Amino acid sequence: MAKIILRDLRHTYVASPRIDADWALKKFTLEWADGGAYALLGPSGCGKTTLLNLISGLLTPTEGRILFDGRDVTGASPEERNIAQVFQFPVIYDTMTVYDNLAFPLRNRRVSAREVDDRVREVATMLELDSMLKHRAAGLTADGKQKISLGRGLVRSDVNVIMFDEPLTVIDPHLKWVLRSKLKELHQRIRRTMIYVTHDQTEALTFADQVVVMKDGEIVQIGTPVELFERPSHTFVGHFIGSPGMNVLPCEVRGGRAMFAGETIETANGVSYRGEGKGVEIGVRPEFITFAAEGVPVDVTKVLDAGRYRIVETMTQAGHTIKLLVPEDERIPEGGARLRFAPERTQIYENGWMVT
Amino acid sequence: MSLELKKITKRVGADVTIYETSLVLEEGSFNTLLGPTLAGKTTLMQLMAGLDRPTSGEIWFRGTNVTGVPVQKRNVSMVYQQFINYPNFTVFENIASPLRVAGLDAGEITRRVGQAAELLRLSPMLQRRPNELSGGQQQRTAIARAIVKDSDIILLDEPLANLDYKLREELRDELPKFFADRNCIVVYATTEPTEALLFSGNTATLSAGRVTQFGPTADIYRRPVDLVSARVFSDPPINTAAVTKRGGEVIIGDAIRLPVGAAATGIPDGDYIIGIRPHHIRPQARNGVAASIEGTVLIAELSGSESALHVELNGQTWVSQSHGIHPFKVGSRAKLYVDMDHAFFFDADGRLVVGGG
Repeated sequence: MAKIILRDLRHTYVASPRIDADWALKKFTLEWADGGAYALLGPSGCGKTTLLNLISGLLTPTEGRILFDGRDVTGASPEERNIAQVFQFPVIYDTMTVYDNLAFPLRNRRVSAREVDDRVREVATMLELDSMLKHRAAGLTADGKQKISLGRGLVRSDVNVIMFDEPLTVIDPHLKWVLRSKLKELHQRIRRTMIYVTHDQTEALTFADQVVVMKDGEIVQIGTPVELFERPSHTFVGHFIGSPGMNVLPCEVRGGRAMFAGETIETANGVSYRGEGKGVEIGVRPEFITFAAEGVPVDVTKVLDAGRYRIVETMTQAGHTIKLLVPEDERIPEGGARLRFAPERTQIYENGWMVT
Repeated sequence: MSLELKKITKRVGADVTIYETSLVLEEGSFNTLLGPTLAGKTTLMQLMAGLDRPTSGEIWFRGTNVTGVPVQKRNVSMVYQQFINYPNFTVFENIASPLRVAGLDAGEITRRVGQAAELLRLSPMLQRRPNELSGGQQQRTAIARAIVKDSDIILLDEPLANLDYKLREELRDELPKFFADRNCIVVYATTEPTEALLFSGNTATLSAGRVTQFGPTADIYRRPVDLVSARVFSDPPINTAAVTKRGGEVIIGDAIRLPVGAAATGIPDGDYIIGIRPHHIRPQARNGVAASIEGTVLIAELSGSESALHVELNGQTWVSQSHGIHPFKVGSRAKLYVDMDHAFFFDADGRLVVGGG
């Protein structure tokens, strides 16, 4: 188990990088506490797999240092780093039994037969593989095989970190939610540092205490699931996490007050704004907007009934679309209406970043 | 003018894959087939398309019996979950192929391909080949090809299932717009209740080879005729429990007593099965809902903006779904408020007695 520090890390696949876009991973520093559950979340091409490979030692960073418990492992091989990895597709030995597959990483390190047995049975119980220990892995479904892969990742007690790279890709949808929660529970039980890479927000938010959201090689926010929802630090986070995503509206800011559609909008961070007024936007999620007697004038243009709530689309006179969520029992005005943005959940963004 | 399935069935050997089904799909309508994997959605679509023949019954289109008329002789498009494209054609030519077959002139082809590509965010990629595209872009190419020609019937078999969720959200929003001014019949198969709801239109709920209910989507969702239809139309799964109604209370097992709720006050005392959708069981009190249950958290799941909790109480699992991010620790105790005004009451055979919402 280890505390992981990534210091001034930067990586490129280009021989002589010139422009910003040449960097697959832009410069950042990150500290991960021993025993934490972390997720790297972002769309494909955001740099999350590059980051994972840097931590595991499959890649050496162009710049920066990687420390495990204070020890510099920047140039160390994957073996020296003592890491367990679970990949997208099962990596197992088909000819071996489930038991021998789970025992393999331990026997490889000359762990005593008794301890091997204890560990294998413990992990098998956690993953509900007990009844299959004597079966050959070849006969298992894709789900079953991937469970063995997970088990092989979890079986060693001496690893610095366990890394999961989109581990539920091959899992059937109705089993996914079972395994999602299972992994969270496993982490709470064994408290080892775990890093989980995914493009799926539900997997990331369900698993992790801290989620690292990435976009175009850059970390745009590190936060708890609640923080990502309530205070997205970049408009991308507001859009990417949550469905429907955050409303982002152009505005002006004067003396700490945001102006939009001729109305003054109270925001949580307006007083902090010291900028020039360029590229300034208001971000507010659909769940933090309500119909009110006063506020932004709009026309209701579309109502989508999602069952448990309605997604109401409205439009301002200037043609900006604003979506809000309305609970199933509440009335929706027809035609003209006014919208109130909850001040504590409305933020000002400048060039995409939340003003602080 | 419509597509009519008249008492069709489908058997494969001794197995019945589609039990007797009669449906009328009107021109210009958007129809969702909603059901779990293996419910019979794909089989039903293949019968509609003429890719397969019913064992019995007839299929009529625009007043003509088309039973057994093969797909080639009918103006039908179909998109599968697993995308299929021509590997040697560019994206443009892939999308244009049905229009070339139909003999449209070059200007019209360019216009229509451009429109479909715009909708599916493929405009910058028209000159690439499928193997130079991501999986999502390849699937969008297949969808574009299906919608580009003026088919009478467009069948979409879980076309968004392999796309990432943000793109799915966008396409779900835009697909119906594309069909809005056309006269075609759209049939869309999905396993996801939310998708059916957001498409609006009509929904047929399917379970184990049977169409259990068909009608305007919101009606089917709010008034399922039976427990099976209610189950198909609820994700996370609807909570069910065998109860005894006595006066103003429902009694579950020995320990749990809940108020009957507004909808069911008038029904006779006796044994029922109640169904409560997960969003009517919440970790916070709302609208004066006072009835509550308390149990141990088995699963706590957070999506981007919603939280699902699975709570165990007296050997039964209750599922709650609420808006916002509400982290709960697995193994901790949770109190959940039950909105009985929205509970469904089913009889012993699973037929709806009362309830709505």
